[in-house]
Amino acid sequence: MEQFLIFTIVGLSLAAIYAVIASGLVLTYTTTGIFNFAHGAIGMLAAYTYWQLRFDWGWPTPVALFVVLGVLGPAFGLLLERVIMRGLVGTSEATKLVVSISLLVAMIGLANLIWEPGVSRPMSLFFKGERLDLGVTTITYHQAITIATAVVVAIGLRFLLYRTRIGVSMRANVDDRNLALLNGARPDRVGLYSWAIGASLAAIGGILIAPSLSLDPGSLSLLIVNAYAAAIFGRLRSLPMTFVGAIVLGLTEGYLFGYLPGENQYLAGLRPAAAVIVLFIVLLVMPNPRLRTRSQLREHFPAPSPAGMAMLAAAVVAGAAVMVTTLDPSSVLTYGQIFPLAIVALSLVPLVGYAGQISLAQLSFGGIGAILAAHHGGGGTPMGLVLAIGVTAIVGGLVALPLRHLSGIYLALATAAFAVALDRWIFVLPDFDLGPLHISLFELSSTDIDPLELFGYTFASPGSRLMLSAVAFSLAALVVAGVRWTSFGRQLVAMRDSEAACATLGLNLVWPRVAVFMLSAGIAGLGGALYGMQLGTVSAERFNLVSGLPLFMLVVVGGAGLVGGALFAGIGLYGVIPLTSSLGPAIAKINAVSPGLTGIGLGRNPSGVVPLMRDGVKPLRHDPLVLGAMAVAMVVAYAARLADVYANWPFALLVGAIFLGANVVAGRRARPDGATAAPVAADADDLDWVGVTSPWTAPHLARLDEVFAADGLPPIGPLRTGATAVRTRRADPGPGATTVGTNGRSRIDAEEVVHGRP
Amino acid sequence: MAALEVHEVTMRFGGHQVLDRASLAAEAGAITGLIGPNGAGKTTMFNVITGLLTPTGGKVHLDGRDVTAVRLHQRARMGLARTFQQLELFSMLTVRENIRVAADIRKRWSRDRSDCAAITSEIIERVGLGAVADDRVTSLPTGQGRLVELGRALAARPSVLLLDEPASGQDEQETERFGTLLRQLADDGAAVVLVEHDMALVMHVCDRVYVLDLGHLIATGDPASVQADPAVLDAYLGTSRAVAP
Repeated sequence: MEQFLIFTIVGLSLAAIYAVIASGLVLTYTTTGIFNFAHGAIGMLAAYTYWQLRFDWGWPTPVALFVVLGVLGPAFGLLLERVIMRGLVGTSEATKLVVSISLLVAMIGLANLIWEPGVSRPMSLFFKGERLDLGVTTITYHQAITIATAVVVAIGLRFLLYRTRIGVSMRANVDDRNLALLNGARPDRVGLYSWAIGASLAAIGGILIAPSLSLDPGSLSLLIVNAYAAAIFGRLRSLPMTFVGAIVLGLTEGYLFGYLPGENQYLAGLRPAAAVIVLFIVLLVMPNPRLRTRSQLREHFPAPSPAGMAMLAAAVVAGAAVMVTTLDPSSVLTYGQIFPLAIVALSLVPLVGYAGQISLAQLSFGGIGAILAAHHGGGGTPMGLVLAIGVTAIVGGLVALPLRHLSGIYLALATAAFAVALDRWIFVLPDFDLGPLHISLFELSSTDIDPLELFGYTFASPGSRLMLSAVAFSLAALVVAGVRWTSFGRQLVAMRDSEAACATLGLNLVWPRVAVFMLSAGIAGLGGALYGMQLGTVSAERFNLVSGLPLFMLVVVGGAGLVGGALFAGIGLYGVIPLTSSLGPAIAKINAVSPGLTGIGLGRNPSGVVPLMRDGVKPLRHDPLVLGAMAVAMVVAYAARLADVYANWPFALLVGAIFLGANVVAGRRARPDGATAAPVAADADDLDWVGVTSPWTAPHLARLDEVFAADGLPPIGPLRTGATAVRTRRADPGPGATTVGTNGRSRIDAEEVVHGRP
Repeated sequence: MAALEVHEVTMRFGGHQVLDRASLAAEAGAITGLIGPNGAGKTTMFNVITGLLTPTGGKVHLDGRDVTAVRLHQRARMGLARTFQQLELFSMLTVRENIRVAADIRKRWSRDRSDCAAITSEIIERVGLGAVADDRVTSLPTGQGRLVELGRALAARPSVLLLDEPASGQDEQETERFGTLLRQLADDGAAVVLVEHDMALVMHVCDRVYVLDLGHLIATGDPASVQADPAVLDAYLGTSRAVAP
């Protein structure tokens, strides 16, 4: 009995931490509509800062706590709201999600930048060693403080939301932001308060939980994923239900900690994974949210052209050939990761870009692919790759089927829960038998993968494996682009815009959703298998959620609906970052946060970077002469490099210069002779640039009237009174004219409303 | 038996009652008008009929079959199609692709082997979008966007067609052409239900008109009798006493 009470107190103490963190998450989500994936990371940074002040610099506990919780926490929340979150109003859920994931990645990078990873940073409990006697059992001061903190937070939030003016504004904002605005509430001020309070609550949670764990940016940020499960209990809206969820989760973990047989290798991972399993189950049984309507997405991804895709595929293979023939073996190993992981990124194109679904588990599917290739591709048989694609696709379908009713943030959370469950439990299991099947995973540490053997040729060297991955990427890219050209692809794109419209046309949304998940998981499985082959030996850490987040983020930053977006992610993360990091430790440090910072800017350009780049090289793409000359110049430069005329850096700079030069020349040739600015409106028929490059003239106005067929209007006055002329027109609409109401309808007489027009 | 029958449907959102035992019937080959001031519950009625909302009470019948518990896409497969008051276009696609998606969806579930490309072209010509067929829908004005939605609904070959303010955003000439098209659709055998604020169009093309006000059905009958109904005048203009000299 006493043991039961001890584990109950352990559970309640955990529950208190989850409740504090989750209530901050719910507060910011309900008042601003942004699900902050970086909420846990704020707690992590707070814990690190507290460690720095209290334990490294030796500040007194009250001072350190006041600085972190009373000053830095709220200030950080205010800064986030003012600099990043306020700009996200009116953007799609996916964009908000990517920005907050980017923030998470940037904050993990920032922590690694400030506090060198791998160093032990112990944090002791509050009043360590002291206990309160409760009669039947005892409780540590730390546990008592933790539970009391949750109670205070609950009472404080209740008071704030029901007894203060700003709290009432917050609740009004949740119900109807526009109505609240009309009634004098100030959503920007509500947002500021919410983020300040939310960040402080995350900080409290981080400081309370950190002493029980080792300080590690990734695991600490994600351990707080457990708190997300509590928030989901309250459907991200109800604070009381969030507290109930936290208690359920905390007690579950407490009892699993106490009663789960510790020596059992198969069950050891269940306790850390329990919260995410609960999260997954709660999402499964959640009532169906309403179908998405009128997404009004700013993103636009045009269907790829066959010629463009052929060029891209050829360029990838050519680029890989250049890499293989110019790089030294260790560089080939480093940059050989680009294409397999670009394939994993490519798996997000049909899923996120076409269908508008979100999965944070793509690298986990890659891990499943790697396992299958490792255990079924012995001796290099292609069966390993076939199974990596096929079985991973089936697993993807099995995950998608129960989640078929979810989308947006709920789907993102469910797939994140799946990924974390794999990381913490499944991927660390020893071999086991499932009926007639013998399942081997990462064999508790890492597993070897044999190189592929195809038509008698073994891809034994890193260079040949890099070429294999590049060709596989090109083929997979053609498949993904091909899907966009089919009726299935059009249906996915249609679903992304309006699920409701699709359903009212007779489309059962379940099957396209499951099918696109299967396609996506299959591609990720291929990427994972090739990644494993490239490395030769892989461990589970290579495929965890934290490693997958930057990939997801950069695909969206590149352009989620474009094959080029996947290539951008692969080259950015596994090409540009290692390359620039090799230039010096200062750049390497900046690179720790640069992927996150890239994603934070997404709100300004939701279609991604690749369309901008494509627009930039448009003149070149349409100028065969310059394109041909550029190709010849590059081949010559490449030949000179093979002849060892210069080393790799001059070669890379020369190729870059040739490319830029070709763009400049093509751009000049695309403009009319001597014209360097926008065309000047030369005659009255050319109205496009009037008012921009040349002043309005009487012929322009006459032409404008003609274009709008405004024959019945009174003649326009002198040019200088243009505004008056407009007012005159409005005042005298002319015979038979109607004016247009605010909703686009004609305003007509009341009599006409009832009796119709004569 | 009417192609579409709505029996005493009630819809509540929390404490707010949007529909209160409202009924409606639409015959095949006829145009049925559903009018009422803003907030009367017209779009909610369409959402209940199509299955986007589950009513708090009441029944919906299609061709005599109770479909109140039938899922959205299955109702569509039974011949129900609609357009939306707030445009629900597929913004990444062209006009042709928008309509083609609907034709493809129908082909898949009906196992009809007709040529979807040909059907799409035929519909584009019928609704008068030939000149902009390959333009992206986001580049179109609202009036043409509504025609795309109509074309998309027609590609599903509906027997019951619900149109939610289809003439809004159209000029007078376009509205006139649209009225002729509606008449043709009804003559081809479809039951057309029209929610519209353009009373001239409603009175001109409808065979029967239902009037909703604050969720209540306040009048029904042919256009002439509805125009003269004091309850309708009251709903639109306030009480006759209030406006009397």
